[in-house]
Amino acid sequence: MEYSDKVVEHYTNPRNVGKIEDASGVGEVGNPVCGDIMKMFIKVENNVIVDVKFKTFGCGAAIATSSISTEMIKGKTLEEALALKNNDVVNALDGLPPVKIHCSVLAEEAIHEAIADYYRKEGKLTEEEIKEKCNLKEHYCEHCSL
Amino acid sequence: MTAKLVMQNNMKNIYFDNAATTKLDDEVLQEMIPYLKENYGNASSIYKLGRESRKAVEDSREKIAKVLNCKPNEIYFTAGGSESDNTAIKGIARANKAKGNHIITSKIEHPAVLETCKELEKEGFEVSYISVDENGILNLEELKQAIKPETVLITIMFANNEIGTIQPIEEIGKIAKENKIYFHTDAVQAIGNVKIDVQELNIDSLSLSGHKFYGPKGIGALYVKNGVKFDKYISGGHQERNKRAGTENVAGIVGMGKAIELAYRDIDEHNKKIKELRDYYVEQVKEKIPYIKINGDMEKRLPGNSNISFRFIEGEGLLLNLDLKAICASSGSACTSGSLDPSHVLLAIGLPHEIAHGSLRIAIGKYNTKEDVDYLVENLVEIVNRLREMSPLWESFIEGENN
Repeated sequence: MEYSDKVVEHYTNPRNVGKIEDASGVGEVGNPVCGDIMKMFIKVENNVIVDVKFKTFGCGAAIATSSISTEMIKGKTLEEALALKNNDVVNALDGLPPVKIHCSVLAEEAIHEAIADYYRKEGKLTEEEIKEKCNLKEHYCEHCSL
Repeated sequence: MTAKLVMQNNMKNIYFDNAATTKLDDEVLQEMIPYLKENYGNASSIYKLGRESRKAVEDSREKIAKVLNCKPNEIYFTAGGSESDNTAIKGIARANKAKGNHIITSKIEHPAVLETCKELEKEGFEVSYISVDENGILNLEELKQAIKPETVLITIMFANNEIGTIQPIEEIGKIAKENKIYFHTDAVQAIGNVKIDVQELNIDSLSLSGHKFYGPKGIGALYVKNGVKFDKYISGGHQERNKRAGTENVAGIVGMGKAIELAYRDIDEHNKKIKELRDYYVEQVKEKIPYIKINGDMEKRLPGNSNISFRFIEGEGLLLNLDLKAICASSGSACTSGSLDPSHVLLAIGLPHEIAHGSLRIAIGKYNTKEDVDYLVENLVEIVNRLREMSPLWESFIEGENN
């Protein structure tokens, strides 16, 4: 299994590591049993993600996907961030080994959960509307159905 | 290639993965070279060039037999540990099927044993997988309870590849003998680290692999006691007393013979040195890094093996960061196994998944120095701290501690 230089670069120097104390939304996905947990913090102003930080427990690919996806949504509107697909993350990293693709899915889902959390706090949308808009899933891990 | 990777390629490897493989000893290489160059004869040929190869093969067989205290004609050369395990387990099970179809093994065997047993299950054999305690030592009572009139083979590893635990082989040998059951042991990790007398220990069959004790890769041996029936695994020519077809890997055989001779010539000194370094490493980690768990029995253990879980972090991230410092090590994390579950050995000793994911195996070898260990610990402290700072599990643990 070989990681691209881009992945190596990101797990060596991950961007936006940490937490935002007064975050507008926080999303956490994955579980320690599978060995991957991602926690994403976003700061939203005027529908734009002005700041984003993450904390990740996981392998090199999990750290790299967290890192690059924070870069990809920073400065974007919530709609733009929700449109980010796991494949975009994989492409931005110049590919991931097949067994690591689920890490990019986790990154996408962490962003969706953080935005959903923001909408909940904002209180304008119903839970149903949030679920639909953020494409929330019941199971975060497609491999172990946890 | 990034500047970092270029830099890494120019760094000297600090190698702590001696349970995976070892560096070929220069003395071993020198013995092998003639058989890769001028002495290229087939050991089955009758002319002088062939006879020289034959002699080299038989000399090596004697060296191995001497170490194990068996007869040279009880040693069969194979392509490595996995082939030896396959040959012994499938061969003995199939040849003795008329006597019974039950096999006993453990939950912490190498895949070469576990997967072989699973294949035999498809052929109609029944396999009992005996558990181990929290230190990784086989439950002997459970083993005794598992024995049935149909039991034909017990196969238990001598020493574990991940946590280094040495199993109660003498007791198992006795139990097998009393019950007239054949006893095979995968001694791939033990050879070179433990003195093994197959007669004293009542071992009927034993697997070993050349590259685990500073010999070459692609060569192994299987001991099968005379009188124990086993089917051949590789069909073809009549090499190895008609038990393993294929032209002998003469250079590999010569190298493995030299390597085992060297390993047992210096074994006491070797074990003392690597045990001291291993203990020094473990003490340093205990002193400098909190929230760790040492996996496996510390007494009944291979001298160079350590296996430590660093809580709140994941093993692959740890290995990748060590690799950036040119440190070679191994982990029981799922991410490094290519599967989604962490090591079956760490789960068998009762570790929760999240702690198994954060394990690091350091296997000290004869070329390691105290400076290597200091370099490792220094980097480990920094990497573990950095990964914990990044970990949401660490964050919630610390918040819990503070409240």
